[in-house]
Amino acid sequence: MADIDKKARDKTKIINIFGETNETWRRLKKNKTAVFSLFVLIILAVLGIFADFVAPYSYFEQNLHDLLQAPSRAHWLGTDQYGRDILSRLIYGTRISLSVGLIAVGLALFAGGILGSVAGFYGKRIDTLIMRFMDIMLSIPSVLLALAIVATFGTSLPNLMLATGISTVPGYARLIRASILSNKEHEYVEAARAVGAGDFEIITKHILPNCLAPILVQATFGVATAILTVAGLSFVGLGLQPPIAEWGSMLSEARGYIRDYSYMLISPAVTIALTVFCLNTLGDGLRDALDPKLRD
Amino acid sequence: MIKYVLRRILFLVPTLLLVSFCVYAIVHAAPGDPAQLALGEGATQAAVEVKRIELGLDKPFIYQYFAWLKNVVFHFDFGSSYRSEISVAYQIRSYFPNTLKLAGLSVFFGALIGIPIGILASVKQSSWFDNFVMSIAMIGMSVPAFVLALVMILIFSVKLRWLPSSGFSTVSEMLLPITALGMQPMAICARMTRSSMLEVIRQDYIRTIRAKGQSELKVIVHHAFKNALMPILTTIGLQFGALIGGAFVTETIFLIPGLGRLLVTAVTNRDYPLVLGGVVCVATVVAITNLLIDVAYALVDPRVQAQFKNAGGGAFSWPTLIKRQGIKPK
Repeated sequence: MADIDKKARDKTKIINIFGETNETWRRLKKNKTAVFSLFVLIILAVLGIFADFVAPYSYFEQNLHDLLQAPSRAHWLGTDQYGRDILSRLIYGTRISLSVGLIAVGLALFAGGILGSVAGFYGKRIDTLIMRFMDIMLSIPSVLLALAIVATFGTSLPNLMLATGISTVPGYARLIRASILSNKEHEYVEAARAVGAGDFEIITKHILPNCLAPILVQATFGVATAILTVAGLSFVGLGLQPPIAEWGSMLSEARGYIRDYSYMLISPAVTIALTVFCLNTLGDGLRDALDPKLRD
Repeated sequence: MIKYVLRRILFLVPTLLLVSFCVYAIVHAAPGDPAQLALGEGATQAAVEVKRIELGLDKPFIYQYFAWLKNVVFHFDFGSSYRSEISVAYQIRSYFPNTLKLAGLSVFFGALIGIPIGILASVKQSSWFDNFVMSIAMIGMSVPAFVLALVMILIFSVKLRWLPSSGFSTVSEMLLPITALGMQPMAICARMTRSSMLEVIRQDYIRTIRAKGQSELKVIVHHAFKNALMPILTTIGLQFGALIGGAFVTETIFLIPGLGRLLVTAVTNRDYPLVLGGVVCVATVVAITNLLIDVAYALVDPRVQAQFKNAGGGAFSWPTLIKRQGIKPK
């Protein structure tokens, strides 16, 4: 009997999620720029994942015969001061940037999710304690906090992910707390409790799935911000160290050759701007699609 | 009203204390012995021991923190750089004004152009102008300042040779950095102004004023814009804070002697007193900016005052509210 109940519950849940996703997708499809952005992002992700197979050359191999070559058929975007193929470095850089962005946001969501859920669900003292602390963290500019963390623990890839992640935790904690607060008085929470669900199950299986929309939107913008933070840090030499191909450090290297070899600068600049633009428009589109009320 | 302002100022104290404590703790956790760092690699064991006692490193962590705090609060003394032994407070005093100037002018430039664009876009909602300008704003929001800076150097300094590519003392030197750093605030201002105006324009009282035969210009500027202004001002304040924190890349590109570039050098040299002092100073300025926005808000908007009176005065704060709810300008 209990088994049947559970199956029935799962089934309705699946239908609900799919129903909503379909509806959202239908609305998102109408937004041409958002669809275009999603398309570009998927291509970038595929390029990043399969960089080893797609990239025509390796990202670190130096070729002293082909230094600073302008774009040609052999090197579509030219080569840099060590004769490395810029297109290949950009493709490997996609892998770094997207994974840093996704993992940093994932970490921030995880930490912010726990803090926000606890604060919102249990309220009272623990809420005040957590949220006051989050308010205080908000008054340190996130780039600076990341800078301080990188300064202390060094500039490795995991540290960068952690640093960019930690500095955005308060935003997610706030958002998730607000969503939990507005959802926890609903009847379905009471119903779940009546069938014997524990706090953890109620939060993770019932409340959080119902407030995914704003979280998803914020996370999309968050990935863009994280990519920019890491690119900025790498640009000033406090991010990933050579020979790792990272968009920010590629720009920083290109800066020295700006007078005579400006093509070195253009392609990473366009790639960064395009990626962030796509993430921002996708975020905008998702927000409109998920919550039509917000539309002007 | 005075009580609200006082309360907000009082809230600043624990905030700054905790910020300084957190940053102190992070920096304290850095690997390596500060005394060794200060003296360099070749120092003898005995000299390092003496330096440790001189820097107070033999004391417990909490004691060190409070000793540092005491010096900061009463003497504005952040210690001195490890290598150069120059006073951190002196360095901050000589570098910070440039950052403030850069961030302030950039935000001003952004608001000056962004707000009128936003108003026009909202008045002509869904027209080709609106669509065009908002697409540009989206691009402006997406191109980071350092990418824009490099591209502008390429065009205006290298190719056209119109403007110098570094420095920050003459107007022609300031033009590129301010445009590069001001583009994002401009885009955000335009989007925020547009959405805030759209919200107001739909209200009944605007229709009433129109029905009374008021000229369209007066309706927009006098009645609608005035009521749409507060979220815009808040955005401007937040942008100012963000730019102070984020100006370091632009400063590095244009070789501007600002706090951000100082901090980057400090991090590279592992000059921890300077990192600590710089981050705490920036956080203080950002916190004070937020406070000023809140006070301005309370002064202008009777609703905030009323809310304060009725609710007994929670720490209502627009910057935190906007950040909390993750509101993005649309």
